[in-house]
Amino acid sequence: MTLPLFFFYLFSAIAIVSAVMVISARNPVHAVLFLILAFFNASGLFMLAGAEFLALLLIVVYVGAVAVLFLFVVMMLDVDFTSMRSGFLQYAPVGVVVGLVLLLELLLLAGSFVISPEAASGSALPIDGTVDNMTAIGLVLYTRYIFLFQGAGAVLLVAMIGAIVLTLRHKSNVKRQNPIDQVARRASETLQVVKVKSGQGL
Amino acid sequence: MGLGIGLGHYLTVAAILFTLGVFGIFINRKNVIVILMSVELILLAVNLNMVAFSAALNDLQGQIFALLILTVAAAEAAIGLAILVIFYRNRGSIAVEDISSMKG
Repeated sequence: MTLPLFFFYLFSAIAIVSAVMVISARNPVHAVLFLILAFFNASGLFMLAGAEFLALLLIVVYVGAVAVLFLFVVMMLDVDFTSMRSGFLQYAPVGVVVGLVLLLELLLLAGSFVISPEAASGSALPIDGTVDNMTAIGLVLYTRYIFLFQGAGAVLLVAMIGAIVLTLRHKSNVKRQNPIDQVARRASETLQVVKVKSGQGL
Repeated sequence: MGLGIGLGHYLTVAAILFTLGVFGIFINRKNVIVILMSVELILLAVNLNMVAFSAALNDLQGQIFALLILTVAAAEAAIGLAILVIFYRNRGSIAVEDISSMKG
């Protein structure tokens, strides 16, 4: 067994085991931590496939942002998670049936498909072995795929504004800044200059 | 790719991860947070397929698309969790059975 193959099996085994733990862990905090482990190992699989930029991006975006967001929400909500496990066995049989059928179909597909010669030969964006992965992505992302890139930025902007608008709330008993009033203040309304003679005071 | 790792290896791992994600939605019918995590697993499996085909066909396009899927997945997680937080604030519960107020 070659060394990359060994690492492939190691990463995929840990990723699958932690994915099982994500859906079966009793404590949702453990589930989030196993999700982080699954993403780490998937990032290793990306690295083995040569997608170095995506591998690092997966760690930065998922482990650094999304998983921490999940952890934050799980810890913020004061919910009795043990009571949520009650329907576990009720839905497990239909889940097993659907999952097995889906897995069999996917594996049959994965084992039997053939790549057509046109697709294999005429790739739209051949990977150049002389430049590294990050440079290659950077060279096309800002030129050929600029609209998709801007669209992705717009999606993130809309998501950010949406999340803020959804969760922002104004409490009536909290003093807040009123920027309109602050900007509309004039010196003549609020400031009085008094001439005071020396030694006399007001 | 090469070095003994074939396209079939990647597709198998992605298929197993995808199935686990779907199975997770079925068995955690009461916990919205775990359902959201299962959706993340499904999107990860899709990304793995994209990257595997990109490497097998020697085409960078798959990685570009995986990047865009990653963006959408992050946006989806943020919006989903924001909805969850305001739902919990209004109802004091995140059980899926309670989310029926929009039913006609």
